[in-house]
Amino acid sequence: MESLMRTQNAEGGTRNEESGLVTSRLPRRGFLAAAGLAWLTPLGTRLARAAEKDHGPAKSVIVLWMGGGPSQLETFDPKPGTDIAAGTRAIDTAARGVQLAAGLEQLADQMGHVGLVRSLVSLEGDHERGTYLLKTGYRPDPTVVHPSIGAIVCHDFPDAGVDIPRHVSILPGQWPARGGMLGAEYDAFKVHDPAKKVPDVTPTVPADRFDTRLKDLDVVEGAFAKGRGQAGATGHRDTMDRARRLMSSEQLRAFDVSRESASIRKEYGETPFGRGCLAARRLLEVGARCVEVTLDGWDSHANNHQIHSRLVGVLDPAFAALLRDLKTRDMLRHTVVLCVGEFGRTPIVNALGGRDHWPHTFSAAIAGGRIRGGVVVGESDPAGGKQPKEPVPVANLHATIFKALGIDWEKTLKTPIRRTIRRSEGTPIKELLS
Amino acid sequence: MWARNLLFAGIVIAGVGVLRTSLFPLDTKARQVTFDPGPTANDEFQAVVQRVDAAFRTGWADEGLTPAPLAPDLIVARRLSLALTGSVPSLEEIRQFEAQPPEHRVDGWATHLLHDRRFADYFADRLSRAYLGTEDGPLIVYRKRRFLSWLSSEIAKNTPYGQIVREMIAGRGLNTDTPAVNFIAATYDDVKKAPDPEKLAVRVSRAFLGLRIDCAQCHDHFLEPEWKQTHFQALAAYFGQTRQVVTHVSDAGGEYHYEDRVQGGTHTIEPSVPFLPELLPSGGTRREQLAGWLTDERNIHFARATVNRVWAMMFNRPLRKRVEAQTLSEPAPPALDILAADFAAHNHDLHRLILLIASTEVFRLDSTGPEVVTADHEQSWAAFPLTRLRPEQVIGTVLQAATVRTINQNSHVIVRLSRYFGEKNFVTRYGDAGDDEFDHSDETIPQRLLMMNGDLVDKQARDELLNASAQIAILAPDDRTAVEAAYLAVLTRRPTDPERDHFTAKLAGTTGKERQGRLADLFWVLFNSTELSWNH
Repeated sequence: MESLMRTQNAEGGTRNEESGLVTSRLPRRGFLAAAGLAWLTPLGTRLARAAEKDHGPAKSVIVLWMGGGPSQLETFDPKPGTDIAAGTRAIDTAARGVQLAAGLEQLADQMGHVGLVRSLVSLEGDHERGTYLLKTGYRPDPTVVHPSIGAIVCHDFPDAGVDIPRHVSILPGQWPARGGMLGAEYDAFKVHDPAKKVPDVTPTVPADRFDTRLKDLDVVEGAFAKGRGQAGATGHRDTMDRARRLMSSEQLRAFDVSRESASIRKEYGETPFGRGCLAARRLLEVGARCVEVTLDGWDSHANNHQIHSRLVGVLDPAFAALLRDLKTRDMLRHTVVLCVGEFGRTPIVNALGGRDHWPHTFSAAIAGGRIRGGVVVGESDPAGGKQPKEPVPVANLHATIFKALGIDWEKTLKTPIRRTIRRSEGTPIKELLS
Repeated sequence: MWARNLLFAGIVIAGVGVLRTSLFPLDTKARQVTFDPGPTANDEFQAVVQRVDAAFRTGWADEGLTPAPLAPDLIVARRLSLALTGSVPSLEEIRQFEAQPPEHRVDGWATHLLHDRRFADYFADRLSRAYLGTEDGPLIVYRKRRFLSWLSSEIAKNTPYGQIVREMIAGRGLNTDTPAVNFIAATYDDVKKAPDPEKLAVRVSRAFLGLRIDCAQCHDHFLEPEWKQTHFQALAAYFGQTRQVVTHVSDAGGEYHYEDRVQGGTHTIEPSVPFLPELLPSGGTRREQLAGWLTDERNIHFARATVNRVWAMMFNRPLRKRVEAQTLSEPAPPALDILAADFAAHNHDLHRLILLIASTEVFRLDSTGPEVVTADHEQSWAAFPLTRLRPEQVIGTVLQAATVRTINQNSHVIVRLSRYFGEKNFVTRYGDAGDDEFDHSDETIPQRLLMMNGDLVDKQARDELLNASAQIAILAPDDRTAVEAAYLAVLTRRPTDPERDHFTAKLAGTTGKERQGRLADLFWVLFNSTELSWNH
């Protein structure tokens, strides 16, 4: 077990997954100099560069979106034995001293890879506004629509070789991630349960009839273009060609999780969300940059415990299998996985056995890339108060992810009215970054 | 038994008869459109149109531009239907339009549409984006549907626009009984348990003055130094005494304080307007004073902003560079002031303004011509600008084109519901333009895929008996007429000769299912053309 808890870090140090700290670090160049082998510097430089490449920033993001706002107390921040727990038990995890709510047993085994923020604070107690804040890092603002994490990642990491959409929302809720001021081209491509066909990529008529339709379309296009110098500027032809390329792309198979073995599918869970997580991994393999997978239904104003028990049963195998799978395929170090909803839920259970909206203190789980596992940031009030220790503004979560991706979060984007806004107004959470 | 067979045969014959009258000129009085030119026939009205036309012509002469020729009447009718109802005219309407004498049929069509409830509903929906945003907003304290329904009724009655705005800004009462107060309620802050004066200042300045001074909310404006933070906050102070208890909006006393987000602390500020203080009424609540000042007929900025916004709704492009700018002095063609003065002088008559714009030469110019139309032509309004249709206009067109009869308030409730949900689903999948509805972005691949392969569009083209494609295939007397009917239904024009020859040849010799399939192919092609998705 201990060998599983220790991994060799790229620069030769050893990272203790229990504490998340690198316990020893001996840079190769320093070692060479100390050994009187400075003449080997060019070799050292090459080795260092290789190491940098090996441990470079993450390339992609998976957002596990908990629509409706999950209760922190029944997920990532249990308070066993307190009044506010209302009977919810906690379990130990692979990270010493870090507990999760009962039901997250599989994720508990992966906590060596997962960091937790238990003191997220927000002023947005409305679903739509809270979703906007968590997805963009900004509060809704009538002057501009901010881009979501995925939109910024796709914008900053262009990739011409990918036919399929690089920003995807699986099981999109009411407010899937959007491109905002970056443009609709950065909106997430919405797909439903991967057990079903990808929407809109298959012609509704046989191939030869479809080709005939396209040829006939040229006749109508020709008539419209006549005398219109600017008609080419509509971009219609270009979009049509790219859409057709997508329709015939082999990369579309990434959506088809039935190509995975039955055992892998079982690990993720035979649920739409489990399949969504599996599809997310497959999409990243063919070049997608950000995949959002939604698990909706956490808005437990009544029967909180039953609702959470059911949803945690869906989340746990999928989240844990995703981390295991990414790790096995050596993709976890290049992928940041974030699990969060629009807010938390009240510490006090209401008369209907429900918990209401609680933006004052809630939790997020984050893993992969340069994120240190087993770390917990902040602490909520065990008595259910509104003030957490080390409050973390939502924007800091975004700055952390961007830093893990090697994106300068302070770099600005220009709004349509020439105003400049930062990719994130936050500050990276240094405890979470290695 | 024979009686039932007879009844069945009778029903079938009656159904076919109804369809046939829809396809070809009909004489059912109840469904006939009245082509009354209305105020456009007045000399005084035409004098204003001529002044606008002359101003544009002077501009073109100065720039050495030859304007595009006038567009065919049917294309202008399409523009009007898209702008005022969000979809193209039905085949039924086109047949009636073509039966009219050409002199005044476009004027008559515009006047007719203003009296059609589809116009009031559609305009209310679009205007409300500027008033309320597109968020669903807080439950119970905010009733968006009530607001939309009220606004639509006011637009249908042609209540003076200034009065509509005054009710929105200064209204008091329950959000169900006095729906105008939902303008205030839309900004309800769940934490402060009150409407948000800063958000209201943003909405008022943007929606009614076309002015973005939001940046001055926190600091003096960096890009437009004339706007100070105190301008913004003094405007917000007009809403500083506004209260809302659950669903009831009212006014109380007290001072307005704002938070200094840069230096910290809070400041108290008295309400004041950023310009034309002499127009402020002396009495009334703070909100009544602001509403009175804003909608005073001498406040030309209110009239200009309204003209610019309505122009943008008609052309899909504003007369100024933007609908909302960071300054009040952004350059504009002289037409803006001519129309703004007329709008103010006629008690902010929205219907008149729309008719004036629809009657101008620039609205009726073609977007193409014997000489290639250049970007300069479009820039100077010497040709009708080519712009992408909004998502609801695209699906509105597809849904209307798929049925030969007009879908309006007289349609069966199932037809209307089907249209409502069809549009809603499509817009959700296609992506709504949001609040900033004049921000023209390129079509995306998922949007194109939705048009090519999506169920919503495919269902309308499919050779099913209720669809126009199948009905035309069965009922059109010959191939040529069938192709023409399809073009009219979808693109509101007849096919060019090469198009007619191409598609007529495809139908030649076909019957039954094969013929219906070919017509379905033609509908799919037309649905996926650039021409359908663009205003031209």
